[in-house]
Amino acid sequence: MNEDYLIEMANDIGSFFAAGRDPAAAAAEVATHIRRLWDPRMRRQIIDCWRTGHGGFSDVARAAVATLAAEHKPAA
Amino acid sequence: MYAINYRDLGTPPATSPGTVEVEIDAVRITVPEGTSVMRAAALAGTRVPKLCATDNLKAFGSCRLCLVEIEGRKGYPASCTTTVTAGMKVRTSSEKLTQLRRGVIELYVSEHPLDCDGCPADQHCELQDMAAAHGVTRSPFADDGRHAGHPFDVVGAAPAATDSSNPYFNFNPELCIVCSRCVRACDETQGTLALTIEGRGLASRVSASQSERFIDSECVSCGACVEACPTAALSEKSLVKAPRPSTAVTTTCGYCGVGCSLEAEVSDQQVVRMVPNRDGAANQGHACVKGRFAYGYATHPDRMTKPMIRARINDPWREVSWDEAIGHAAREFRRIQQQHGKYAVGAITSSRCTNEEVFLVQKLVRAAFGNNNVDTCARVCHSPTGYGLKATLGESAGTQAFASVQKADVIMLIGANPTEAHPVFASQLKRRLREGAGLVVLDPRTIALVRTPHIEANYHLQLRPGTNVAVINALAHVIVTEGLTREDYVSARCERDSYATWKKFVTEPRNSPEATEADTGVPATLLRQAARLYGRAGNGAIYYGLGVTEHSQGSTMVMAIANLAMATGNLGREGVGVNPLRGQNNVQGSCDMGSFPHEFSAYRHVSDPGVRASFESAWGVKLEAEPGLRIPNMFEAALDGSFRALYVQGEDIAQSDPNTQHVVAALSALECLVVQDLFLNETAKFAHVFLPGASFLEKDGTYVNAERRISRVRKVIEPLAGLGDWEATMQLSNALGYPMRYSHPSEIMAEIARTTPTFAGVTYEKLDRLGSLQWPCTDAAPSGTPTMHVGEFVRGKGKFFVTEYVPTRERSTARFPLLLTTGRILSQYNVGAQTRRTANVAWHPEDRLEIHPHDAETRGVSDGDWVGITSRAGETVLRATVTDRVQPGVVYTTFHFPESGANVVTTENSDWATNCPEYKVTAVQVVRVERPLDWQQRYRVSRDAKPPSAHPAAATSA
Repeated sequence: MNEDYLIEMANDIGSFFAAGRDPAAAAAEVATHIRRLWDPRMRRQIIDCWRTGHGGFSDVARAAVATLAAEHKPAA
Repeated sequence: MYAINYRDLGTPPATSPGTVEVEIDAVRITVPEGTSVMRAAALAGTRVPKLCATDNLKAFGSCRLCLVEIEGRKGYPASCTTTVTAGMKVRTSSEKLTQLRRGVIELYVSEHPLDCDGCPADQHCELQDMAAAHGVTRSPFADDGRHAGHPFDVVGAAPAATDSSNPYFNFNPELCIVCSRCVRACDETQGTLALTIEGRGLASRVSASQSERFIDSECVSCGACVEACPTAALSEKSLVKAPRPSTAVTTTCGYCGVGCSLEAEVSDQQVVRMVPNRDGAANQGHACVKGRFAYGYATHPDRMTKPMIRARINDPWREVSWDEAIGHAAREFRRIQQQHGKYAVGAITSSRCTNEEVFLVQKLVRAAFGNNNVDTCARVCHSPTGYGLKATLGESAGTQAFASVQKADVIMLIGANPTEAHPVFASQLKRRLREGAGLVVLDPRTIALVRTPHIEANYHLQLRPGTNVAVINALAHVIVTEGLTREDYVSARCERDSYATWKKFVTEPRNSPEATEADTGVPATLLRQAARLYGRAGNGAIYYGLGVTEHSQGSTMVMAIANLAMATGNLGREGVGVNPLRGQNNVQGSCDMGSFPHEFSAYRHVSDPGVRASFESAWGVKLEAEPGLRIPNMFEAALDGSFRALYVQGEDIAQSDPNTQHVVAALSALECLVVQDLFLNETAKFAHVFLPGASFLEKDGTYVNAERRISRVRKVIEPLAGLGDWEATMQLSNALGYPMRYSHPSEIMAEIARTTPTFAGVTYEKLDRLGSLQWPCTDAAPSGTPTMHVGEFVRGKGKFFVTEYVPTRERSTARFPLLLTTGRILSQYNVGAQTRRTANVAWHPEDRLEIHPHDAETRGVSDGDWVGITSRAGETVLRATVTDRVQPGVVYTTFHFPESGANVVTTENSDWATNCPEYKVTAVQVVRVERPLDWQQRYRVSRDAKPPSAHPAAATSA
């Protein structure tokens, strides 16, 4: 899928959860949201974007995807 | 004339809890206090003669036929306008009464010919019945003992001609007895006030608007007047040549989310007439121009009735048997899964199909495909409602019954246009507004309810598209900072911490009306007044539509609405609530049935091991624990090659989904697209297998409307293509090797009830007995739940969310200086596949672009000019309507015709939580052009040509 589209979606989720929360809590909410609503292929791809150091992530989205990456083995 | 099987009790029921006993013709009966003598008599089994009375209109007392004798009273009071008193003794027949009534009938007959043969109302005319019952065959008051001619003849005017301008009904003033039932129906039932009696004495006649033809008047063609007419003065054209309907089947309308209960009157497998069911709990005996009249699409020559296949999308279609089509689809799906993995296929369920059909499609995906790639068209309309209300209140549904609006003191209408999109609910709403309830409208456009006969909104907050969240945060700011919250309610029923955080957030000065005014365009003073009106209401009710959900912050806005309702204590009783007005007939049901890729039925996440285990046990297969693809994700995955086959039941994604160019590219990339639909729709252009669908008249099942009401859909005629949609899905599953064996949809409902807690108590038998019921229907609430969250929220404590306003990326710029927003019109329905194939095109033959006079002038655009509309996604051309309904800087269009290409210009921007597209905000430029684009002109030409391999249905069903 289009990487920019996925990262934009993650950033938008981050914008919602960042409000009224500290960064760690916000990142945890974003990770939960993505885990519960995104198809695994989308999650794998955004984790790959994070692993390759894609520059488009917001801070909250980057921290959330880092959490997801820790749960996943690198793509084969 | 009213429904063939209806027994009219003459006047509306009294609502008083007290009762009185009366004696009518020596029969004792106990009735509620305030009941009319006429109604009490009817309940006691006696039908008092009448013409101007009918039980869904207030008593009028004009025809003087319903006279009775009451012991101890002088004269002959009208039984419709006389209420019963304790111990009253009434005689409904006597020699004197008969003599008086005969005299009245003779006067009527002098004005109304008794040439009943061939009259559309013959055998069903109340005047004919009254004349026959009193032995009147001629009038002594007319020259030749028959008809003296229309009163206009007397004064030398031209005889009044029949008005046939409305496509569905005639008005023949010659047959009018001036009983005013039509006028009262337009006032009381519909609330449009389009009709009046003009002239005086013998020259009195019914007039639409200012003596205009019906089609040119304010009439909205709801048909309430036609149903109310006791003669054939107003009568359906469908009755003119058709055989008399012999039976009536109670079913549910297949159009919008109001879910009107209708009586389909049938003769020889042909629907002759559709009449609203007076006992229908949602519609309360009313219908609109779509539900009552626009059912002809079901037998339109464009209906597809043969399955078809083709190897490539540029090949011609080949008609095949059901077995061959289903077998081909199943082989393709299995081949693709073998080559590309089990996650490479999926399905889309339809909000137009029944719960039973939707349940089967999602079961097919989860059990037979072995993945969770199932989504529904609610993705593109109300998915944020599901997400937002679940998060805050605990249940993904509206909180009230429609009838609740009659107890609302202040109504806040946000991003919804009920008089166009939910007309029957709009009539109920207008009734309450005319009684004096306050109204706040939040809409970028001046919708009809801002100012309409006898109704004017207290405040119209005409915000800029895309600034909903800023406006509602400002409303919350006023309510919190001016002490209008209900602290007792919140502390008893909501999470303390989340409330404190929210309160602190909305209190921040940046959320004040003064601070947000620059962004929203809503004057701070006006917003403060509106907030006070809602905050101080005894019962404040919020109704909202797609103007809330179809935004990049759709889910945020739904949560903000729930926050506001909780903070003001406006949830958990009648007259209040958070009420999403659902677009399609079964949006709520299709969501309830587990159509989302992450949820089983009743909104239970696929990762929940207990829920999964219950379905694994019921279905005998191992189920996937990971969420699947949503519709926009399916398109992305199709373009990257990881998704290659799709089964679409009853949805036209190529027309209805945003950024058409993108959707077309995705659909073209699929190796196998199976489309099941009534018509060869836009999506079918990219299909390899076409399965002919069945209309709502052709199958049994249930729909769930916007108030969670489960209503039966009953088979009226046999499926034109031989199979109901549920039968086709079942065959596909069997061909895939996952057996499904149901002999009737009631068996599917039994499985839904076994596996879905909120539907646990639902059976077809109970629905037949109760008419309808609102889920949750459980052991604790066996007759359903009209009002939710009574005493406690479904999630326990209500949860507040901080709703930061994040401006959409879609902003007006120098290149695209205007904001385009979209909506619906009364006579047409969504992509128009149904209504475009009916006479409803008389009111709306094309989509137009509304543009403010200022924006039009600076572009040299006049009313009716062609204008090009360009966004970063695409370009289309429409005719312009110059109007100040839209504000400067905003343009608006409907999307009922495919050649309009409204979605060619909308973008892939979507709600952050659910991917619901941002249809309501697209930055565009508008310029005057000479003609439509080439593709639009080609479309107009090809639309008139027959599809290559179409197999037309018979004009009437066989």
